[in-house]
Amino acid sequence: MLETPLHESDPMLPIPDDATLAAQFQKVKPLMTENEAVIEASRCLFCHDAPCIQACPSSIDIPMFIRQIMSRNPKGSAKTIFTQNILGKSCGEVCPTQVLCEGSCVYLDLNEKPIDIGRLQAYATNVAIENNIRFFHKGPATGKKVAVIGSGPAGLACAHELTRLGHEVVVFEASAYAGGLNRYGVAPYKFTNSDADKEVAYVSQIGFRIQTNVRIVATQDDSAPESGKTYMTFSQLEQQFDAIFLGVGLGQSRKPGIPGENLPQVYGAAEFIYQLRQEAQKIAVGRRVVVVGAGNTAIDAAVESSKLGAEVTLVYRRTPEDQSAYDFEVEHAKHAQVRLMYLTSPIQIVGTQNVEGLMCIRNEVKAQANGKSEITPIEGSEFLIPCDMVIFATGQEKQTRFFDALPGVTLDSGKVKVNADFQTSNPKIFAGGDCVNGGKEVVNAVAHGRDAARGIHRMFINTTAN
Amino acid sequence: MADLKINLAGIESPNPFWLASAPPTNTGYQVMRAFEAGWGGAVWKTLGQPIVNVSSRYGALSYKNNRMMGLNNIELITDRPLDVNIREMKEVKERFPTHALIASMMFETREEWHDCIQRCEDVGVDGFELNFGCPHGMCERGMGSAVGQNPDVAEKITSWVMEKATKPVIVKLTPNITDITQAGLAAQRGGANAVSLINTINSVTNINLDTFAPNPSVDGYSTHGGYCGPAVKPIALNMVSALASHPDFKLPISGIGGVETWRDAAEFILMGSTSVQVCTAVMHYGFRIVTDMIEGLSDYLDSKGMASVNDLVGHTAKRVTDWQNLDLNYKVVAHIDPEKCIGCQLCYIACEDGAHQSIALQSHTRVPKIKEDTCVGCNLCSLVCPVDECIDMRVIDTGRPKLTWPYHEANPHRVGVH
Repeated sequence: MLETPLHESDPMLPIPDDATLAAQFQKVKPLMTENEAVIEASRCLFCHDAPCIQACPSSIDIPMFIRQIMSRNPKGSAKTIFTQNILGKSCGEVCPTQVLCEGSCVYLDLNEKPIDIGRLQAYATNVAIENNIRFFHKGPATGKKVAVIGSGPAGLACAHELTRLGHEVVVFEASAYAGGLNRYGVAPYKFTNSDADKEVAYVSQIGFRIQTNVRIVATQDDSAPESGKTYMTFSQLEQQFDAIFLGVGLGQSRKPGIPGENLPQVYGAAEFIYQLRQEAQKIAVGRRVVVVGAGNTAIDAAVESSKLGAEVTLVYRRTPEDQSAYDFEVEHAKHAQVRLMYLTSPIQIVGTQNVEGLMCIRNEVKAQANGKSEITPIEGSEFLIPCDMVIFATGQEKQTRFFDALPGVTLDSGKVKVNADFQTSNPKIFAGGDCVNGGKEVVNAVAHGRDAARGIHRMFINTTAN
Repeated sequence: MADLKINLAGIESPNPFWLASAPPTNTGYQVMRAFEAGWGGAVWKTLGQPIVNVSSRYGALSYKNNRMMGLNNIELITDRPLDVNIREMKEVKERFPTHALIASMMFETREEWHDCIQRCEDVGVDGFELNFGCPHGMCERGMGSAVGQNPDVAEKITSWVMEKATKPVIVKLTPNITDITQAGLAAQRGGANAVSLINTINSVTNINLDTFAPNPSVDGYSTHGGYCGPAVKPIALNMVSALASHPDFKLPISGIGGVETWRDAAEFILMGSTSVQVCTAVMHYGFRIVTDMIEGLSDYLDSKGMASVNDLVGHTAKRVTDWQNLDLNYKVVAHIDPEKCIGCQLCYIACEDGAHQSIALQSHTRVPKIKEDTCVGCNLCSLVCPVDECIDMRVIDTGRPKLTWPYHEANPHRVGVH
């Protein structure tokens, strides 16, 4: 009892014990048993020219892989999936299937539950990964060498496809583990560290190398010392490789530039989640956490904080209609007891040594003459949300400083410009994933990486032919 | 409320729902539970000479999420002493005097038949069913389907029974025969009061792909077992119609084969059955399914303005006719309701790959379009469509009178051509 006052005075919560963490971070989409999978697969109508295939950015033949589960042929099913999407396991688990394949299921027009495509995909691919059933092998050597920067979904998909085509590939990864967003970005109740590591091992065994803890920098001057990391310049890569694929994703989280944002308990959402994944959820969060923003990353950060024991408030300057988070993610946040405050903007973080609160102002919606509406602050409506930690989930920077230093690579509002083959303005440099599309789903990155590999292959063939 | 009481060749029953002679009627305990649940009659598990059963005994065909679409068994007749069966039949009859209790029997000699008939009549059974259909085990000893497949033998044994029995006699027919009417007519010639059909169909359920053992497996081996359950209903309906519409066949029919709901029962009755017998559905779900069968059939009769089950019997029998009597000038064409269509395009691919290439895809919508000029009205699209009443087959007025094959100009042997 004596401890209570002391305990309460500490703004940070203790790190939950292993059992609590395991309970809190259970998979939201648990793996199906064979029986569950066969029953669910049997519901599929096997549509002709199925809408779910059209809705899948990686164009997996969904009715076929489901039919193969139904006939108790999970191996064939996994092959169907991996042929289009070698990261089919993570896509099955982290894709917002409700708005992609499952969102286009014809059952919805019958007011029936759509087929649980994501979990079926995870089931079949898991059988292949757990039993290490391999479908693809290194192609006959072409003598061409390709460097892939970034081991996220785009990079891995690109490296896998290039290796199939016979090219020698080295993937460079600045972090300690490969996997990119699957390892350091998505919520751990969707895809765990172990899931990510197993997937990387499964995909890379085709025969490409991954060098972790190697940061590729634009120039030598960039090499700010970071212990345990090796630094290589981009020009070194250019000398050693016949082509380079950029799968570097996005940069640091953006902060709004308000007073107090350099206090120690102020995080960017991407960095907060990175740390959470790096430490396998064993991190301390504030007793009261405010998350700023209403995108899917904001929801992840809010729900994760809640699962770690925090009282969480999410503030967003606009209305629920404007938020970019999917409806099912917002529901997830509500289930996790996250308090949602709309039409609220942060103006100052209060505190001297530590965060003590977030000063906000209320906004109102004003109709404009052109029919659009405008969000304007209500004068005098400032109020304080007492809190111990603030997480900004208001977008991530583009890695423009890095790209600007790359010879001949042009950008379009910070995103790398590519042609249909994912080739940048520098014919030897290709790019895909978030650094090209500004931040979409894992499945979009996989499709980019796969197609960029085919683009690189075409370039090699054309170059040789000339 | 329609009257569900029936009278089949003198056997009275509070409703047309009987348990077939099978595992659910193995004991007095089971039959009493069934009567308590509402079943109108029960045909006792076949009495006969002592036998021993194997382990295992059943195999099932599942289709996607539906278990036991078809059930196969290699179990023989009762494996309990005749005295015990007779005593329990007596107890059942004492407790349920108005329910129909029918003794199924299978013997070799005339004396054995007569002896058992006497003992059954002594305890008050309401009728007999002669098991001329069991397709496994017993037929190898010259009984069951070995009798049913030989009309002369069937007629002879029926006549032995008729010498002795004072209660109505039903002959149970095997479907494992080329022409069911031959077996039915033989029973009629032998003097039977009614027939029941179908008994089970020869089958091997499936094969274990790991061990190569056929199922049901007895230490890796199996035998041709009797197939029943929902999957056999169309075969049974056809055989019932063959007898019900035969000009020389006059006996009442107890329909058997895949009856699970009141709808199935109504179909058998429309095809000419007076009662229906159920086994697989009870082996799957237990006796209480009869509650819905009773209510459903009663409501259906009410909706048709019929006062009793008898009013429903046989309406469809005469509508199953020879192909040559069908009107070649009748035409239907598929029609898709775009409001109901969910765009699965199963109709398109079924017609394109499996039928007559008479459905087209459209560029602006996922709703396919029927090519009415080439649609032959085969029904396939409406059968594969997962949405109720989305595709209906609409009658096209060809403006031509009824024309059957014997009169069709394409028929080189048409009436009037010499």
